[in-house]
Amino acid sequence: MQQLKASGTPFLYPKKEENMNKKQNEVYVEAKKSVLLVPAIILLIVFFVTPIILTVYYSFTNLALSGENAKQLKFIGFSNYISMFKDRTVRISIVNTLIFLLGSLIGQQVLGFAIALLMKNKNKVFRGIIGPIFLAGWIMPEVVVALCCSTFFGDEGTLNQIFAFLHLPNVEFLYAIPMVTVILANVWHGTAFSMMNFQSALDGVPSDIEEAARVDGANRFQTMIRIILPCIKNTIATNTMLNTLSTLGVFGLIYMMTGGGPGTSTLTLPIFMYRQAFVSQQLGYGTAISMLLLVIGIILSVFYTRIMKNN
Amino acid sequence: MKWKFEKKVPYVILSILAFVFALPLLWIIVASFDGNASQAVKLPATWTIENYKAVLSEQANIRAFGNGLLISFGQSILVVLVGGLAAYPLSRYELRYKNMFLYTILFMTSLPITAVMVPVYKMFLTIGLYDSIFGLILFLTATSLPYGIWLMKNFMDNVPIELEEAAWVDGASTLTSIRKIIAPLMFPGICVVFIFTFSGSWGNFFVPYILLQSLDKLPASVSLYQFFGQHGMVVYGQLAAYSALYAIPSLVLYVISQNYMSKGFNMAGAAKG
Repeated sequence: MQQLKASGTPFLYPKKEENMNKKQNEVYVEAKKSVLLVPAIILLIVFFVTPIILTVYYSFTNLALSGENAKQLKFIGFSNYISMFKDRTVRISIVNTLIFLLGSLIGQQVLGFAIALLMKNKNKVFRGIIGPIFLAGWIMPEVVVALCCSTFFGDEGTLNQIFAFLHLPNVEFLYAIPMVTVILANVWHGTAFSMMNFQSALDGVPSDIEEAARVDGANRFQTMIRIILPCIKNTIATNTMLNTLSTLGVFGLIYMMTGGGPGTSTLTLPIFMYRQAFVSQQLGYGTAISMLLLVIGIILSVFYTRIMKNN
Repeated sequence: MKWKFEKKVPYVILSILAFVFALPLLWIIVASFDGNASQAVKLPATWTIENYKAVLSEQANIRAFGNGLLISFGQSILVVLVGGLAAYPLSRYELRYKNMFLYTILFMTSLPITAVMVPVYKMFLTIGLYDSIFGLILFLTATSLPYGIWLMKNFMDNVPIELEEAAWVDGASTLTSIRKIIAPLMFPGICVVFIFTFSGSWGNFFVPYILLQSLDKLPASVSLYQFFGQHGMVVYGQLAAYSALYAIPSLVLYVISQNYMSKGFNMAGAAKG
């Protein structure tokens, strides 16, 4: 396939005879071949690359929406970063972000993996009914997820009704354990994604190896640890990476369910960034906070690209 | 006996899990048909479609759906067009910078957009695109282009080049062969990209929330959030009905995309016809 494509290519490289004309010609041919890329490149530069560069730049300025600073954009060096490291709220939101991230990752992956494993080789009709139920939470738009979960965990919501039915005390989930509640909401939303990834990975585990292990006397637990997990470790890595990247960026779900509160109990970096930029109107400072997200995002994306490259 | 019991356990666990997973959504369905809905799942005393009527009779809600459709359609069409064009040289030609470009694109697909929204807001204020649906569409297009290009390139790689060669012999230009030969053959792939972009766009809350201001420009996602904030704690029935209506496109698109996913990838077969 690859070869056919190469031989069928309309404009082949001119042979490597280094003289000026040929070189110019080469550049011309490359440019001509790339014309169709131009609209995409323009859009990406203006609306993707520029914002990233601006993020870095603004984080070193006193950019503000109102007040004295709004009139004069000044380069203030590392001031934003220095105040950030002194800011207790920044530390709180970093910790909150990590808790939210870890909780979501563990919840989504463990549950997703368990469901995928339990569903394997089960009755088709049963799978046909159960599968879509798990998927539904994933298909729902963020706003609907926030809404469903707000009411589900509400003071008079479904969960508290069930608690009442079981003679358990009423729990004000969104006030008493807000972080756990938003994590559960995110797990409800995200589990299906992990489930699907694990399902296709488990289908790829050769069943003869599994059987061979059984014949050799391995019990279920041993088969799991020695055979299945090593076979799907790439999937676990990519899945973790993708989930981390999407969880780091979660804004709407928390914003709508708790607004970052009560107090600072669910204040994650995106919410804190939003508050600084649009409520306190300190865009420069807000941007410095988003730099944290961006840098983590960039590091993880590099890893992700590496993994994909090797596959 | 023990063997049978062990066989049943997964079914029981899965059923319980599924039941718990279904509850939050079940609320939307029953509450939207309940004239006297509360926060909890309960069977309506009387089933009614008044909630839907109330939501749909409000001009502002209809406009929000219209805006949402405009934004999502605009974005998806642009991603397919621009991404499709960009995919052609990446799929068909030998380019010196090709691998670097592709890895950059792949890298971009996973960056969290949330992190750049504050500068984008400032940038849009400066260049006069703030509160403009057109500007919003351009930005959203750029954010989903990396994934769009990546997918389009992979789908295009599966279209055999021999078919195009015939067209070149007949003197067809690149654009003609894309339009007449490649596009029809990779139509399922185009649909996947379109649907994927559309549902992402339809569900997007943060970006329009930041970049739009005028009430009459807001898409359904933001308008539903505001509805939630304003009367959320009072009219549960209408809120549920609004959510149900808003969720329908996402559901429908998902079902359609599953169809394409399962039968769409045998493009070599399509090439024979």
